[in-house]
Amino acid sequence: MRAVPATPLASLHHSWLDRAPALGVLGLVLACSGRPAPPVATAPAPVAPGELRTPAAFDGIAERAARSQALFVEASRVLTHARCVNCHPPDEMPRQGDGHALHDPPVLRGEADRGIPALGCTTCHQDRNIELARVPGAPDWRLAPLKMAWLDRSPAAICGQLKDPARNGGRTLRQIRDHLAHDVLVGWAWQPGAGRAPAPGTQAELGALVQAWIDTGAVCPEEAKR
Amino acid sequence: MINLTVNGVAREVDADDDMPLLWVLRDLLGLTGTKYGCGEALCGACTVHLDGRAVRACVTPMRRAAGRAVTTIEGLSPTGEHPLQRAWVELGVPQCGFCQAGQIMTAAALLAENPRPTEDDIDHSLAGNLCRCGTYLRIRAAVRKAAGS
Repeated sequence: MRAVPATPLASLHHSWLDRAPALGVLGLVLACSGRPAPPVATAPAPVAPGELRTPAAFDGIAERAARSQALFVEASRVLTHARCVNCHPPDEMPRQGDGHALHDPPVLRGEADRGIPALGCTTCHQDRNIELARVPGAPDWRLAPLKMAWLDRSPAAICGQLKDPARNGGRTLRQIRDHLAHDVLVGWAWQPGAGRAPAPGTQAELGALVQAWIDTGAVCPEEAKR
Repeated sequence: MINLTVNGVAREVDADDDMPLLWVLRDLLGLTGTKYGCGEALCGACTVHLDGRAVRACVTPMRRAAGRAVTTIEGLSPTGEHPLQRAWVELGVPQCGFCQAGQIMTAAALLAENPRPTEDDIDHSLAGNLCRCGTYLRIRAAVRKAAGS
């Protein structure tokens, strides 16, 4: 377990600030609540781009809601990663690559999110990666339904979708956690094959972050000011 | 040994689970109508049917084909009289011909699911089948002819 240094919020690592609209909310709480000042919050330590912070790294954030928001922002480093959002498009075509290029060949979503007649997802994709051909694969390869589109959406927007049964497949928060922590297709994001960059951390670490987010009230981060 | 049915005939092949179906068809069974194009599921030349659905044989491992029914261009019609084959001949679709088996197998899978496709349906479903000769307009016309439209 990583040590959590007692670092003032103002000295947060820039990359963390860039990815943490929740911290803006925390600052607002600290400055404008009109209540007695809460204990000084401490920021989690920086991590390498390929790693995820553990829930314990957020223990220094005293205010529960702010901690919950920060936990989700950390989890959103996975949820907004190319390995995830490329198959959560807001339109009819999946994406590929770290730059979210349109899928080539130009396939379409189809009525069941599994492609169209004679050009389904499993016309090419198998139940595992085909390394020599660089074709990614996992069981039940498919697109996320349109109402679960994440591509180009903020952590705040994705959080709202995850909590909304009308847009999360009718799942409870616990079912959301189980899906993210154990689903084999989700797990492909950490075993993408063929030189693709995996999602940060591990699937188990994502599950732990999501569980901690739920345990702290499942508070969504505020939408970042643009 | 892996058992499967190819063009209606039960076959037993000595192949590894990871061996691509394409090489079993071409090298072990001598069915060379199915072509090797890109080897990465990007061109469609190797398209065959697995239980009636189009798959790219170049990336389909034998473990997926085991116990299932494979149809190749040789088995689409025993007499070459499939409506698509007739339309292909009548409209003189092929130029060099290398991609045409894959084009026809994809079109046949489309018509099996959607017997009256629109032009957009045809374009979308055959979007993964490349033709270096550029016979796309004749391919689309032949699919429409085979569909009776």
